[in-house]
Amino acid sequence: MSVLVGKDTRVIVQGITGQAGAFHTEKMLEYGTQVVGGVTPGKGGAAVHGVPVFNSMQEAVRATRANATIVFVPAKFASAAVLEAIEAALPLIVVITEGIPTLDMLRIRRRLADAPIRLIGPNCPGLITPGACKVGIMPGYIHRPGTVAVLSRSGTLTYDAVHQLTQAGLGQSTCIGIGGDPVLGSSFVHLLPLLEADAQTEAIVLIGEIGGTEEEEAAAYIKAHVTKPVFAFVAGKMAPKEKRMGHAGAIIAGGKGTAAEKLTMLQAAGVKIVESPAAIGETVQACLAKSPAK
Amino acid sequence: MKLHEYQAKELFASVGIPVPRGVVARTPAEASAAYEAVARQCGGGAGFAGNVKAQIHAGGRGKAGGVIKVTSPQEAATQSAGLLGRRLVTKQTGPEGLPVSAVLVDERATIARELYLALTLDRFRARPVVLASQAGGMDIEEVAMTTPSAIVREPIELETGVTEQTCARVAAVFGLRGAQAEACAAIVRAMWRLYESCDASLIEINPLATMQDGRLLAVDAKVTLDDNALFRHQELAAWRDESQEHPLELLASRIGISYVGLDGNIGCLVNGAGLAMATNDIIKLSGGSPANFLDVGGGANVEQVTNAFSIILADARVKAVLVNIFGGIMRCDWIAEGLLKATQRLDVKVPIVVRLQGTNVDEGRALLANAKRLNLISVEGLADAAMRVVELAR
Repeated sequence: MSVLVGKDTRVIVQGITGQAGAFHTEKMLEYGTQVVGGVTPGKGGAAVHGVPVFNSMQEAVRATRANATIVFVPAKFASAAVLEAIEAALPLIVVITEGIPTLDMLRIRRRLADAPIRLIGPNCPGLITPGACKVGIMPGYIHRPGTVAVLSRSGTLTYDAVHQLTQAGLGQSTCIGIGGDPVLGSSFVHLLPLLEADAQTEAIVLIGEIGGTEEEEAAAYIKAHVTKPVFAFVAGKMAPKEKRMGHAGAIIAGGKGTAAEKLTMLQAAGVKIVESPAAIGETVQACLAKSPAK
Repeated sequence: MKLHEYQAKELFASVGIPVPRGVVARTPAEASAAYEAVARQCGGGAGFAGNVKAQIHAGGRGKAGGVIKVTSPQEAATQSAGLLGRRLVTKQTGPEGLPVSAVLVDERATIARELYLALTLDRFRARPVVLASQAGGMDIEEVAMTTPSAIVREPIELETGVTEQTCARVAAVFGLRGAQAEACAAIVRAMWRLYESCDASLIEINPLATMQDGRLLAVDAKVTLDDNALFRHQELAAWRDESQEHPLELLASRIGISYVGLDGNIGCLVNGAGLAMATNDIIKLSGGSPANFLDVGGGANVEQVTNAFSIILADARVKAVLVNIFGGIMRCDWIAEGLLKATQRLDVKVPIVVRLQGTNVDEGRALLANAKRLNLISVEGLADAAMRVVELAR
């Protein structure tokens, strides 16, 4: 088992005729993901890498029996695309788009509140269950099927961490990039229960960064509910206050959200802290070798 | 995007939040005329007093001499002459300060009590939140640190917006009754209208003053807009004052590069914000000090790498550069080619340590090795690369 995506995942690509949408459709197909349809209003009837294009989500879902969607639609129109996906009641929505206004995301979160829908992102690399299914933009080949789950707020830093794990002989169960924005569809705390319950996952690597309270919330949840070993790296110890470090969400504002604060709380929750971003793979390997998963 | 006080107050006035009468001025002559106009509007005779307030994107102006009491048009002119064209250094600006190109000349209010009122995003609850405190006029961060209980938080539901209940609670925090509570409620509702209609990320009134005559007045105003939503607010986007931004950060942002200047001597060129922060961290961990945060973005092509190097090297303190690229979709051999062309084009003299990882990494490293550039050092591991660049920068 793994979480959220697997062999049975049937994906629609929203914004499939755009440059990024088309490119990653091909990459996902190469990885073995079942990309069953695409949506671009006005381009219905076309095909992208052999994938049929529809005018609307409703049409696409009816024709393909899809159960997930990945959104590449530009920021201006992304919120409408996501609302259409919610309307179509797809259980998994992955939003790659960067730059969606905060107020749009707040409205989307409200719409999701009562729905059995999981939204990952926005401004994220997506998620992958190695060897089974990739719904995202990460390079597939660095992953290996295995037992370590990765949850992260970053993109390339996650790839680096996954690469380190693979090099250390540790495969991954599912890797999820939750995104770098201030308002996310799913935070660490929403995903940790899935990983704790997942039989395949034996350890969890958490990659956080400055800003917000995702790591602090995760620490509290881990302390109370997670029995599997958790490892954490938090980026941004060097970051000055009030400066946005690339991601809209990575900002130390009002004196809150520093790396030091997050690390203290994670450590107090029994999480093993990785100090160097170059030591993620070796630290997990050394610890798991010493004390195999409970 | 940050707004100036005078711009924020223009928005306040447009939604009915009471602000002191004031006029913005860009020259001493304008300041003198502004004083006369404000005095006239206030019906003030001999006893009228005003302020000259430096307009910069930072707080702490009062203590730094950026808010000056004036009692005549001549004084308004002289005092603004002392501020305009200078850089004002406050607790929040850093030692280089920020340039003053405008002053706000306004009426000096007779304040009875100073309160704090703000509307912003509560990331934890994914809701907007009203913040209210009796500790107005002070550094609210300090209040939050020392006595967090002095700040009351009222979350807002998007469907209902600011409710009677929200307003009643805020008035209770402030200890306001009757007409003053009504006036306060009107201000909170107006702030919410502004928050929604402008895609604000912060609206702050500090202080919100109760006057001796009983009125409520937004004596200061701070508004920050959501950068991601500026596409639907062209008229507000035009208010951007680039003189308030760090020149290199501004240059970088124009070409899609995220750059933040730090105070060390090791330049960093990285793809991805998280990896860029982690690169800064590992330099520090290895005993060095990064000169910048830099995320070159998704398309690390020759053009973009050249641009990134020009920005990094514009900082004269940079003694060595660490390039840390994880090639995912972007192949390492393309990145290596880009690096070679960019550094040749710019004739880069400082040592460059390159750590490539990911797709086609062997081809990429081979390209760098075959180029035989003395100052271009290819290192496999991130930890080794960090150590090496720290040595070279000593």
